[in-house]
Amino acid sequence: MNKYVERLYNGIIKENPTLIIMLGMCPTLATTTSVINAIGMGLSTTAVLMFSNMLISALRHVIPERMRLPGEIVVVASLVTIVQLLIQAYAPSVYAALGIYIPLIVVNCIILGRAEAYAMDHAPVESFFDGLGMGLGFTMALMILGSVREILGAGSLFGIQFIPEDYHIAVLVSPPGAFLVLAVLTAIQNKLKLPSATNGDADTSEFVNGNGIFAPETMDKNELLAGKKEA
Amino acid sequence: MNKVLNLSSSPHVRDSITTSEIMRDVCIALLPTTIYGCIQFGVHALFVVIFSTLFAVLAEYCYEKAMKLPITIGDYSAAVTGLLIGLNCPPSIPIWIPCLGSVFAIIVVKQLYGGLGHNFMNPALAARCFLLLSFASKMTTWTVPGVDTMGGATPLAYLKASPDHTANLLALVFGRVPGTIGEVSKICILIGAIYLIIRDVISPKIPFIYIATVAIFVAIFGGRGFDLYYICSEIFGGGLMFGAFFMATDYVTSPITPKGQVIYAIILGVITGLFRLFGGSAEGVSYAIILTNIIVPTINKKTIPVAFGKEGAKK
Repeated sequence: MNKYVERLYNGIIKENPTLIIMLGMCPTLATTTSVINAIGMGLSTTAVLMFSNMLISALRHVIPERMRLPGEIVVVASLVTIVQLLIQAYAPSVYAALGIYIPLIVVNCIILGRAEAYAMDHAPVESFFDGLGMGLGFTMALMILGSVREILGAGSLFGIQFIPEDYHIAVLVSPPGAFLVLAVLTAIQNKLKLPSATNGDADTSEFVNGNGIFAPETMDKNELLAGKKEA
Repeated sequence: MNKVLNLSSSPHVRDSITTSEIMRDVCIALLPTTIYGCIQFGVHALFVVIFSTLFAVLAEYCYEKAMKLPITIGDYSAAVTGLLIGLNCPPSIPIWIPCLGSVFAIIVVKQLYGGLGHNFMNPALAARCFLLLSFASKMTTWTVPGVDTMGGATPLAYLKASPDHTANLLALVFGRVPGTIGEVSKICILIGAIYLIIRDVISPKIPFIYIATVAIFVAIFGGRGFDLYYICSEIFGGGLMFGAFFMATDYVTSPITPKGQVIYAIILGVITGLFRLFGGSAEGVSYAIILTNIIVPTINKKTIPVAFGKEGAKK
């Protein structure tokens, strides 16, 4: 498989950031009250993720090892500011609906996670596609979650009402509903044994199975454990 | 057990009583209040109770069939859950709402956690809260007994809304008040409770400490001083009796240690009082019980009695 396509497949299916790696739960739960919000959140995160991965990868030899977290955060925060101003200018309704969650993209663990786990060891173009794959995986998971919650909880899809108000299960658009739907989706994902990093082919993903730490994929486990001991 | 020596893990004291016998007793204890509710609120209330019970049993059967698990509808636990959900609904509710609640209770709250004995929360109450959050207006539309088409506030809501209001205590005790199908008649609830206590199905400890704590809390923070009439209206009003005897005592979701049960009942009383007096709605029993259900494992862990022979040992 082409290595760029492989990155996309990895982000969308095998290491889906929401349903498999379980990263970025806060925006996942908070912004999926409707499909439009979910898409808005997903795409803005994708935009930030692509360019932050690319820039951090390009800067990886410049950023000193010990200062890499502040360095990464500066890059991510600048990108988030750009995205925030763009959304505010061109999609004010999405901006109003997402509110605080747009600036909070800075601290989304998917972005920092990919920067640490992938971009710091790979070339800019590959990192760009990794960001795109992860972002699309995130967007798709958010869309599924958002559509289930919007259809059952508000009786509409993309804002078009088709179930009368009497039959709305309103709890699903409130915070407890987010947890319920996410848990059920994750359970279905596990039950169907979709090809993923947590369903069998374990050794290909250090990210999920790397002793609970963000592990660069080029390192093998022994090196990692040795590194841990030194630290 | 026909061998002379039998090797098994503790507990060694066994009783011949089974889950289905206990659950059957609970069903019998619930009968008086069910019958009273159905007579007072009419045939629709009867359908609510029947269909919620039916759907709970069906949901359990279908889930266990689909997951190829042993079918456990014979132990009556699903029927009790369904019955409790029906009794926890207002009499004028559209039938499909309690049915949805029953399916939610059995599948999401009970079976997804592993079935009877593994649920961390009372399924019937979790379903009631699910319905309250989802269909807030339908779940709080009360029918005034005897009048077909009129809606009215519950006595507790009146008590909360106006500081000078005094409830008609006699009507409260006998149940001639608006409320959910099962909670209105305190006499019938007490008959059921006494039956359960005599049959040794529930211990009176949790319900009595719970109700006493609510009474003390209301007396201190109610803002009416030690007004016996007011305290009694709080005790007999709403779902406190029903919740205390039939739901707070659920075996699965209440502590197993004697000391833990006391702590559990006191926490229940304080949270209920907080919700009733300082919360947004007049009633708080359901939320209080499911919230306290969540800390039951911690209570159990903290109150394990000292093993025999280890009393003097210091940690």
